Amino acid sequence: MMETITQPWPWYTAGIIIGLIVPALLILGNKHFGISANLRHACAVCLPSNIPFFKYDWKKETWNFFFVGGILVGGIISTLYLGSGDAVIVHPDLAQELASYGITDFSGMVPSQLFSFESLFTVRGLVMMVGGGFLVGFGARYAGGCTSGHAIMGLSDLQWPSLVATICFMIGGFVMANFILPFILHL
Amino acid sequence: MENKTNQHTNPADFEVRSLDTMCVNESELKHPWYYNLKYSLVGVIFGIVFIKAEIISWFRIQEMFRLQSFHMYGVIGTAVVVGAISVFLIKKFKVKTIHGEEITFTDKKFNKGQIIGGLTFGLGWALTGACPGPLFAQVGSGAIVILVVILSATAGTWVYGKFRDQLPH
Repeated sequence: MMETITQPWPWYTAGIIIGLIVPALLILGNKHFGISANLRHACAVCLPSNIPFFKYDWKKETWNFFFVGGILVGGIISTLYLGSGDAVIVHPDLAQELASYGITDFSGMVPSQLFSFESLFTVRGLVMMVGGGFLVGFGARYAGGCTSGHAIMGLSDLQWPSLVATICFMIGGFVMANFILPFILHL
Repeated sequence: MENKTNQHTNPADFEVRSLDTMCVNESELKHPWYYNLKYSLVGVIFGIVFIKAEIISWFRIQEMFRLQSFHMYGVIGTAVVVGAISVFLIKKFKVKTIHGEEITFTDKKFNKGQIIGGLTFGLGWALTGACPGPLFAQVGSGAIVILVVILSATAGTWVYGKFRDQLPH
């Protein structure tokens, strides 16, 4: 039993549980699954700067902070108590490609050679962490949601604008991963 | 905000409601803050799944965008099917919340943001290897440096809010 838990979970287990988060939040309090909204709430709390987009009663949205707080705690629990300690198994083609950029450490969820405080002071690290983060935050709000809000909640509610957004997420990701990222990783 | 009951007088509040995916179906009931802990519990489960199914792995996301692995497609596809069946059943049987309130849905309106913003988000997603939810789980997994990514994403959100009126929608 414990062995089943500590091994990486298959996609169908994960998919079913994530899918069930949609009705769980609805039934617990009519809340719609969405995460990037937290970033907007954070702006509304910390730096509204008289910008109309951030002038709303964020206190009504505090549930969302509790939700992401839980995600963080879940990450800690899972890493400390439920991990197998094994490195992530990476597709051989990807491993080979990454090795050509000097990325050989697959022990963590994120490659430590790219995401670390040291690499934050390299051009590559700066582009990937600060640049990537900025695009994620800007794009998610511009699109009106991220993977949770559009791809999962929106598609579950059969909203076609969410399908458009999801397809664009994927196109953007394909372009970056296959055509732009190789140049960035060479930096 | 002086108005407590009539939220629709504030245009930003209204847009939160109509244009965004976030939930603003705030309860009419006044609960103490710790009622929100139930959402934390759901978050904890979500965080555990994120890690255990390696959804927060930068490598899994790269494999997804290089069509080297079915994993992420399986996760998202299954989640959508389960979510869609759930939403269908909630609508069909008019299921109420545990506090007896009505569950509501708002149709999303199409605007150019879903295309331009969606593409922008996708570019960032493949760089960071994480969308906003996994970022928080990555921090939980010990990658403290990801706080920088979250901070930058918050800055991106702020810049969008600042220049929203100048951007095509």
